[in-house]
Amino acid sequence: MKYLDEYRDPAIARALARRINSAANRRWVVMEICGGQTHTLMRYGIDEMIPNAVELVHGPGCPVCVTPLELIDKAIAISRMPDVIFTSYGDMLRVPGSDMDLFGARANGADVRIVYSPLDALKIASANPGQRIVFFGVGFETTAPANAMAILQAAEHGIANFSMLVSHVLVPPAMRLILESPAHRVQGFIAPGHVCAIAGFSAYEDLAREFNIPIVVGGFEPVDLLEAIAMLVEQLESGRAELENQYSRSVSRTGNIAAQQAVSRVFTVSDRKWRGIGEIGRSGLRLRDEFLRFDAEKVFHLGPLAVEEPKECRSALVLQGLLKPGECGAFGERCTPMTPLGAPMVSSEGACAAWYRYKRHA
Amino acid sequence: MLGHGSGGRLSAELIRDIFLPAFSNPILDRLDDQAVLDIKGLRLAFTTDSFVVQPLIFPGGDIGSLAVHGSVNDLAMAGAWPLYLSAAFIAEEGLSRETLRRMARSMAAAASDAGVAIVTGDTKVVQKGKGDGLFITTTGIGLVPEGLRLSADQARPGDLVILSGSIGEHGIAILSSREGLEFETAIESDSAALHTLVAQMLGASRNIRCMRDPTRGGLSSALNEIAAQSRVSIRIDEKRIPVRDQVRGACELLGLDPLYVANEGKLVAVAAPEAADDIVDAMRRHPLGREADVIGVVGADHPGLVTMWTAFGSSRIVDLLPGDQLPRIC
Repeated sequence: MKYLDEYRDPAIARALARRINSAANRRWVVMEICGGQTHTLMRYGIDEMIPNAVELVHGPGCPVCVTPLELIDKAIAISRMPDVIFTSYGDMLRVPGSDMDLFGARANGADVRIVYSPLDALKIASANPGQRIVFFGVGFETTAPANAMAILQAAEHGIANFSMLVSHVLVPPAMRLILESPAHRVQGFIAPGHVCAIAGFSAYEDLAREFNIPIVVGGFEPVDLLEAIAMLVEQLESGRAELENQYSRSVSRTGNIAAQQAVSRVFTVSDRKWRGIGEIGRSGLRLRDEFLRFDAEKVFHLGPLAVEEPKECRSALVLQGLLKPGECGAFGERCTPMTPLGAPMVSSEGACAAWYRYKRHA
Repeated sequence: MLGHGSGGRLSAELIRDIFLPAFSNPILDRLDDQAVLDIKGLRLAFTTDSFVVQPLIFPGGDIGSLAVHGSVNDLAMAGAWPLYLSAAFIAEEGLSRETLRRMARSMAAAASDAGVAIVTGDTKVVQKGKGDGLFITTTGIGLVPEGLRLSADQARPGDLVILSGSIGEHGIAILSSREGLEFETAIESDSAALHTLVAQMLGASRNIRCMRDPTRGGLSSALNEIAAQSRVSIRIDEKRIPVRDQVRGACELLGLDPLYVANEGKLVAVAAPEAADDIVDAMRRHPLGREADVIGVVGADHPGLVTMWTAFGSSRIVDLLPGDQLPRIC
């Protein structure tokens, strides 16, 4: 398949691994930001191709994982209200809330539906005028444009029975938090290619300069990631700290201007709580005041919820690259995809799920 | 919960925790897709299956033809020649007479093509909102050739794993015809009756240990069941597992793994190594087995574990999923 097979070619991958192994005179610590990248690295065993050159630590880029527990609880509470059809990407349904997950709410009679796009949720709203349709608007810069379009269309067509439970987060503030943490060991970043395809990469140029750290925008296939790692190792070995773009087939400096305009018409930057990590200033998006009538928290009069994270789940450390999933005492024993303590074990982009699926040897 | 019907780990738990303790007997405890009964010298295969698919009509088939193929295939996986089916219908109030007639015609055509007769049945109607259009349950009986004993606990180290063709088409056809997900290319379900293919395989060699049709839970679940029940490991080679480009594309887009996507017209067999070539040759002469190939090998280490040698050259675990695969966010 074009644009896929050439980026999964084992001969090209082996050549890149040789390039990395011969460039590295010591072992460098590299963090991939995006959970999709984590899964590729684990699935293809890339860490095992370059064990002496690079230690890979996994970053916070799993939208499902960083959605705060109280938002999950709010989603479940809304889904159980009368005349509500609660719509969500499939990923979110298995994430444990305080008492249950959205699958549990559905089993208890709530109308919870998986959709593939917020625009599908909007269609459901048009077709069911007597019901209240809520979409769970989570994600990074990648999902924000489609969510913005859904709000704009709801406003334009006067679809008043549609609202969105918003928990949008942004990547650069999370990277800044990691870089400002005294415990961090990261020496180079693979920046998230799809986020940059939307937002461009100038914010990452600023981070590279400010913190004097190399950053390479990387894709999601094994050859992409090996090439990005090679570029990082070569920068580190030669003492450079620049922004480079490995994923140039999708990413430009400016990104997708039309998508950015839709996002900034609908959303404004706000403080956001990240699951396990806590509040990060100006790290997320909320609906602008003129669109607050589509804010599910307002529509359903939900106040702030005080909930406590399960103590045994150490996902906050995993999400900041301070702990590997396999180093967690609960991993694979008390915490499995069947009995998850936290979201990283059930999300398709979660680091714990990737380890459980690909790195567990019986 | 819905995941308990997914064919994954939750389904297995439900069977282990509730049905096995309640009904336990030596025939059921084998956990095959059918029971094989010795009745006065006659060996009968006996199976039942319920069908709850939405939409009722999908590219490449409908719930009627699927209900026939499903039970025919469960019989065929014991090496049985299917003879008779029963059909029970639970229709939701409001289902149109025309739809029901169309499903009945489709079942009749599928049964006639497969050479089985639908000889008894039942109809119930439930209140609007208490069903999902139409549920069909079929039960089948068939004749097992003398001396043949296929069961998922029969695989032995050194055996080879054979797959009849490309995977994932049924599941993706269903997904693509659901509301809100329209693909530009139509992928058709592979729904088909497999007993003539099985007969051709048994004609080539009796040295087959077991067969499964990888329906819910896909190829991965079928292999995991065999590995667990035979207490062996199975190692498959990704490069030898055919996946159509459209299925691959859809899976890439949605973040699904074709190994876990349902099939309704494919089989996976474990055979003695010396018999595998003859069996594959025989399969390739049948229209439903043209792409048949050896895809893996049975080992003695790590009983119950299925691993895959990837096209990329690495190895990974092919585990049972907790429930259905979920499309990802981005």
